[in-house]
Amino acid sequence: MSEAVSALNGAEFNGAVRISEAGLLGMITLRGDLEDAKLAAAVKAAVGLAMPAKRGVRDGKKGSVAWMSPDELLLMLPYAGADQTVARLDKSLEGVHHLAVNVSDARAVFHLEGRGLREVIAKGSPADLSSMGLPVGEVRRTRLGQVAVAFWLSDEDHLTLICFRSVGAHVFAWLKNAAAEGTLPEFLG
Amino acid sequence: MSTRLADHGRLIDRTKAVEFTFNGKRLKGFQGDTLASALLANDQLLVGRSFKYHRPRGIVAAGPEEPNALVGLGLGGRFEPNQRVTTTELFDGLSARSQNHWPSLEFDIGAVNKMMSRFFPAGFYYKTFMFPRAAWKHLFEPVIRGAAGLGKAPSARDADRYEYFYAHVDVLIVGGGIAGLAAALAAGKTGAKVLLVEQTADWGGRALVDGVEIDVKPAAEWVAKTLKALNSMENVSIRTRTMGAGVYDHGYALAYERLSDHAPETTGPRHRLWRIRAARIVTATGAIERPLSFAGNDIPGVMLAGAVRDYALNYGVSVGDRTVVVTNNDDAYLTAIALARAGLNVPAIIDARSKATGELPEKARKLGIRVETGKAIGKVIGSKRVQAVTLAAQAGEGATLEEIKCDAVAMSGGWSPVVHLWSHCGGKLNWDEDQAMFRPDPARPPLGKDGSGFVIAAGTANGHLAAAPAMMDAYAAGKRAAAEAGHKAAEGGAAPVAKSESQDRIEPVWLMPQGAAYKLRAKTWLDFQNDVKVSDVQLAALEGYESVEHTKRYTTLGMASDQGKLSNINGLGILAHSLNAEIPAVGTTTFRPPYHPISFGAIAGEARGGLFKPVRQTPLHDWHQKNGAHWEPVADWRRPYCYQRDGEIVKQAVTREILNTRQNVGLLDASTLGKIIVKGPDAGRFLDMLYTNMMSNLGIGKCRYGLMCNENGFLFDDGVVARLTDDSFLCHTTSGGADRVHAWMEEWLQTEWWDWKVYTANVTEQYAQIGIVGPKARQVLEAMGVKGIDLSAEKLPFMTFAEGSIAGIQARPYRISFSGELSFEVAVAASEGRAFWDAALEAGREFGIQPYGTEALHVMRAEKGFIMIGDETDGTVIPQDLGLHWAISRKKADFLGKRAQLRSYMQDPDRKQLVGLKTEDPEVVLPDAAHAVEGPKRENGMENIIGHVTSTYYSPTLGHSIAMGLIKGGSRRMGEVLEFPVAKDRVIRATVVDPVFLDKEGIRQDV
Repeated sequence: MSEAVSALNGAEFNGAVRISEAGLLGMITLRGDLEDAKLAAAVKAAVGLAMPAKRGVRDGKKGSVAWMSPDELLLMLPYAGADQTVARLDKSLEGVHHLAVNVSDARAVFHLEGRGLREVIAKGSPADLSSMGLPVGEVRRTRLGQVAVAFWLSDEDHLTLICFRSVGAHVFAWLKNAAAEGTLPEFLG
Repeated sequence: MSTRLADHGRLIDRTKAVEFTFNGKRLKGFQGDTLASALLANDQLLVGRSFKYHRPRGIVAAGPEEPNALVGLGLGGRFEPNQRVTTTELFDGLSARSQNHWPSLEFDIGAVNKMMSRFFPAGFYYKTFMFPRAAWKHLFEPVIRGAAGLGKAPSARDADRYEYFYAHVDVLIVGGGIAGLAAALAAGKTGAKVLLVEQTADWGGRALVDGVEIDVKPAAEWVAKTLKALNSMENVSIRTRTMGAGVYDHGYALAYERLSDHAPETTGPRHRLWRIRAARIVTATGAIERPLSFAGNDIPGVMLAGAVRDYALNYGVSVGDRTVVVTNNDDAYLTAIALARAGLNVPAIIDARSKATGELPEKARKLGIRVETGKAIGKVIGSKRVQAVTLAAQAGEGATLEEIKCDAVAMSGGWSPVVHLWSHCGGKLNWDEDQAMFRPDPARPPLGKDGSGFVIAAGTANGHLAAAPAMMDAYAAGKRAAAEAGHKAAEGGAAPVAKSESQDRIEPVWLMPQGAAYKLRAKTWLDFQNDVKVSDVQLAALEGYESVEHTKRYTTLGMASDQGKLSNINGLGILAHSLNAEIPAVGTTTFRPPYHPISFGAIAGEARGGLFKPVRQTPLHDWHQKNGAHWEPVADWRRPYCYQRDGEIVKQAVTREILNTRQNVGLLDASTLGKIIVKGPDAGRFLDMLYTNMMSNLGIGKCRYGLMCNENGFLFDDGVVARLTDDSFLCHTTSGGADRVHAWMEEWLQTEWWDWKVYTANVTEQYAQIGIVGPKARQVLEAMGVKGIDLSAEKLPFMTFAEGSIAGIQARPYRISFSGELSFEVAVAASEGRAFWDAALEAGREFGIQPYGTEALHVMRAEKGFIMIGDETDGTVIPQDLGLHWAISRKKADFLGKRAQLRSYMQDPDRKQLVGLKTEDPEVVLPDAAHAVEGPKRENGMENIIGHVTSTYYSPTLGHSIAMGLIKGGSRRMGEVLEFPVAKDRVIRATVVDPVFLDKEGIRQDV
């Protein structure tokens, strides 16, 4: 376990915004009936958070939970605890049709920090990046340039972006290019 | 002589001189000039040659409608051909070169084409294609290709940066004239999110040239005030140098922002392509003036009347000392008046109408300008510049009444609203008889998802040529657009009141004089860039081209890079007249985006160089890169084809890797293999439907190879399924097929079997999957340190898996083999893949471990007769064709593809079937896809093809070539010798054999 290395090993870039690869993060895909009370209880036990609203993201001390589709959540927690949490979820959901799977290593995670981050992302995502279009705490599953991504803002200056691990290097290069100094259109204010 | 005037020029800064070059000649202009105005200020009337006849051509317009003045701009990495001088802002150091001439602009050999013009009639290209056939290839094509063509393609890599930007707004307003500004003001006041774009660097449009008053003050004051108001609104964004390029379905629009064309070498992007979603789009795009069709109307010095006015008032440039104005409307009188007031001579206004008694004509007469009504220009005299015009009766055939000396002609055939953006997505037009123009039909706008119109034409673009109604219309349009986007206007806020001089009715003139003789018509240009004349369109009509779309293609009218902005309506007038039809009955050609050419750089955006295409990398990518990987694209992945050592060629590396794996042990990065978890009470039942064989009875901890077919029975993916628990399976797919198979599963679950309790997850990238392959594989794993797994053949037999720890890493080794050797494919967390790989190399050193690439993998699987999706399958192959009957369940009531495979065609014993092929000469390797032929040639003279090679290699293990192929009735041809003609005089002969060349019993893998 000590030799685990994330997709870009914590690479960083400073441009119009600050970009850093987040390193190892525990991630669990949980599919099931999101209205099932047992599922909600299992989520609460796993990350200490209530079921997020449609498209919502909740953050807490133990981790985070993001709504990914009408029957899918993404649980986030420390990397080392992912397998155990999957096992606990499976146990507490015995008899309830669900799928819990550790996807921590299947992804690359980036943090963007700075005033212009909405515009950096709006260079590649057809989603509405205005403050009306993407409120803080709402997740978007969309694309960035040519690859699939998901992202959300935890506050106006902080965005988390997730992509598949295999395109982590591409996404980092893409973000660096989009965040080059002096290239933001200053449209989103 | 065109020259700079001592005064006027509201857009130029005379204190800031700017140097530039044209064809190497050093010239001077002012800041604020366009390249067009600066060239005219330097008396550079001749700027290019036409496409077909290489006629001398000068600047005709002052905006994006310019057909003639295209130049090559910039040098090296910033060179770009076909740039319009009228839309190019002047900057210090600008370098421009004219195009379409050889050897020089002044003396052009290609101009002989013009003497050959009777051999280049309308439809020339099509006629030449037809007869005589050989003439095209040997005579016409080389000549035409040599002489024709616009600018040269750049040879250096583009030095600039380009990007996209996605914007979402309530109201997009295109055009920053007074109409666009008024619409923005009205929409902005409602609180709607508004984006206003203007293609030029300046706001206000024509109103500032044409003396419009707004709220009893000069328009310029209102423009300044309005800009201030818009800038103070947080919900409004305004951008100059940004052209609305196209309107698409669902309120999607493209805008093309030119950030540094006027200031190269500045940092940041050169162009930005805005991809806009708007609830409503207001097109306040103004109008374009039409030329008049008279003989010699293409001679340098003949210009649109509005453009002559623009050059004088905006840039302080006179096109000539003596300018004859020719018109069929009152608007052109503005030009005559402006020129006279600037102290220039206007020898005559030639008005085709029988009388001209409006406010403007009277004003012109008062200034002492001679007005000739009912008259026409018979022809223009001059070649590289205008010397005179002949006066003729408009009603006649062109007999000269008088010759009028002049050095410029300002022509106006009326104005056409710019309806392009309205029309891009299906907005319809009406013919306005009174104003002789097409204008948007408000009852038939382009429709959005809710069935309501999403484009609103405003102002002049909506057919309101006079300022007062245009202003009212535009303000209302802005208000309506905001309301329809959900933002109601507050009470009050009346439209500004605009005022311009009144104008009398236009009289449409499609040919001047109306009865012009053939000799004149053959010199009367419609499309300046593509050299289409009145006589060409008339010939097309005569030859039966009644549809405007056919005539366009036959004559190339409107097909040049200006897309007929000047020529289309005039061509239509001629065509309608020739067909004796009404103009609306003939209709327009289709308006397609972009409105004006945009750069390829903007279209490509950031997708160039390293960002051109995402390349998927496995967790071991960096190691491969550092260790001699010769890369191969596999779907979007990059995989090592082989690892080259110093001094090795690719073939040698592949051979070494194969032999070492067969003799010792090889290491394979198989991480790209698709891995999909399928879980739920109905998972087994679901997989039984997806795979041709039975999966529901697979034991926990066991693996089974399976085939997936589509509904038509055709094989599209294969792989090993592992049963993880009672209700969960892990399905391996091909490297390129993971996403497709996952989508396939979800489609069935979501559309057909939505009540089945199954969840899937694509976990392809969760794992690094590393194959340890070869007779010594087990020894390597043991040396790595195994905990919790018994690797023995008894405890972990072929086609099973186990979980435990290897080299201190949580691992799941599968005993599956694609090489025919003893093989463990070990799945570990991707983040630990590199650590596992390093440990395997370290522990395997004493056993001679070497990594191997995809080519060794391919050769080894072919030696074993294993199929490869995409090689042995091509979308028309069923498993039975490949001899895979053993993997097709007979017990199952149904599976996807079963019904299709029962069709008689699929059961035909003569279908192409997979066979092995052994060449007579063991050293000869069949070319990939070589065709096998048999019997006499077919009726059409082609060989009778009975099949083709699907996989072919040299097998170092066996010491001879091996191949597989799909051959008609192949399973009944064992021992037959087939012929593969691979070149004119070369036939390779190969014997049909069993496709399993090595270890048919499978002893090597089962140890």
